[in-house]
Amino acid sequence: MSRVELTNVSKNYGPLRVLNDVSLTIETGEVIAIIGRSGSGKSTLLRCLNGLEPIQAGHILIDGVKVNDPDTDLRKLRQNVGIVFQSFNLFPHLSVSDNITLAPRLVLKQSPEQARKIAADVLARVGLADKIDALPQQLSGGQQQRVAIARSLAMNPQLMLFDEVTSALDPELTGEVLRVLEGVAREGMTMILVTHEMGFARHFATRIVFMHEGKVWEQGPVADTLSHPQTAELKSFLDAVLN
Amino acid sequence: MIREFGTGDIVYLVFAARWTLALTALAFTGGACVGLILAVLRISSLAPLRIMASLYIQIVQGTPLLVWLFLFYFGLSIAGLPVNAWTAAAFAYSIYGGAFLGEIWRGALIAVAPTQWEAGASLGLTYLQQMRYIIMPQAVRIATPPTIGFMVQLIKNTSLAATIGFVELTREGQLTSASTYKPFAVYITVACIYFLICFPLTQWSRRLEDRFNVAR
Repeated sequence: MSRVELTNVSKNYGPLRVLNDVSLTIETGEVIAIIGRSGSGKSTLLRCLNGLEPIQAGHILIDGVKVNDPDTDLRKLRQNVGIVFQSFNLFPHLSVSDNITLAPRLVLKQSPEQARKIAADVLARVGLADKIDALPQQLSGGQQQRVAIARSLAMNPQLMLFDEVTSALDPELTGEVLRVLEGVAREGMTMILVTHEMGFARHFATRIVFMHEGKVWEQGPVADTLSHPQTAELKSFLDAVLN
Repeated sequence: MIREFGTGDIVYLVFAARWTLALTALAFTGGACVGLILAVLRISSLAPLRIMASLYIQIVQGTPLLVWLFLFYFGLSIAGLPVNAWTAAAFAYSIYGGAFLGEIWRGALIAVAPTQWEAGASLGLTYLQQMRYIIMPQAVRIATPPTIGFMVQLIKNTSLAATIGFVELTREGQLTSASTYKPFAVYITVACIYFLICFPLTQWSRRLEDRFNVAR
């Protein structure tokens, strides 16, 4: 069974079709980099995967569970699908520790001690062990994003979605976040990243998915796809971002 | 017979102010219960609930508090339901306070970024857990300064209860003025007592607002 399976997925915002007959299969352990111009539907695709956005046609299976089924318990599904947002979305009124332990305590019913231990673990993985009692606003953007990744990791998900997680950061802060992502990728996590970081995609993705006008326009192994684009659209996109 | 306006009268006025405070407490508690329900209904995903709450707020905000007081006090007793001044005031002020607090709190709830709901939902929290642990704590901070501001309005508006026979600060002032025939001195004293109650609250609200703006 594939980890993620999209079959003929379409999504509209009113009259606007943002996803147009998208089919995509992702196996366990893959690191998928979704690239494309803004408005090509990449972020929407990601948000459909954990049910934040409903779809109008087709179906999405995650570990065999149908996301777009009213009978599916989305809360249960989301425990296994972590998502990290462009704008971090930490809870500003809670300490780093409480940000990370909130869901494990409420959703996974962990004891406060157990949850805090896991928080310390995941913070160590993102290199912020010393910030466990800080407040989000005391951290830099890069550190906040690393806490957001740690918060997601604490739920021990089977799949992680990253929605342009470095786009809101100053260039000198993107490096620390990318290093954390590399670490997560090395641990064998199945990851889907919407990204503009072509360097990162080149080194750590297993597959590139190029989206254009709501469609999967072209996809394939990273090195091959980036060096030998088959379509004019991908070629012009690569020319634009690489130069 | 006309007596002097002396220290004894001032003490009486200060004592009458406790009914003003009691009435404010009652009005705020009642208004808070109604307001909380309205605020949650106003951001509900179900349109009929939103419309109902919005209609309620429009009607109450578009009618004078005094009319609500009369309606409950005189209206209900003529309709065969004799109510005392406390009950009438409790109903009228809860209805009135609820409409305003409901709007203030709805504003605070929607001022919390929608992405905060998304972040909570993405971690598998229920709607109520998102509300309780993520949205409410942030909304309370946003809502505190305007809520205190409204409380100041409420304190001043409890003087309207004098019209249905409540002997609170303003009514006590009227009575003292009538018996001493010193309206100027009496009402200056009354005004000072209101000011001494309200001023610390407005200052507090302003300080919280500044702190909130800095924290943003």
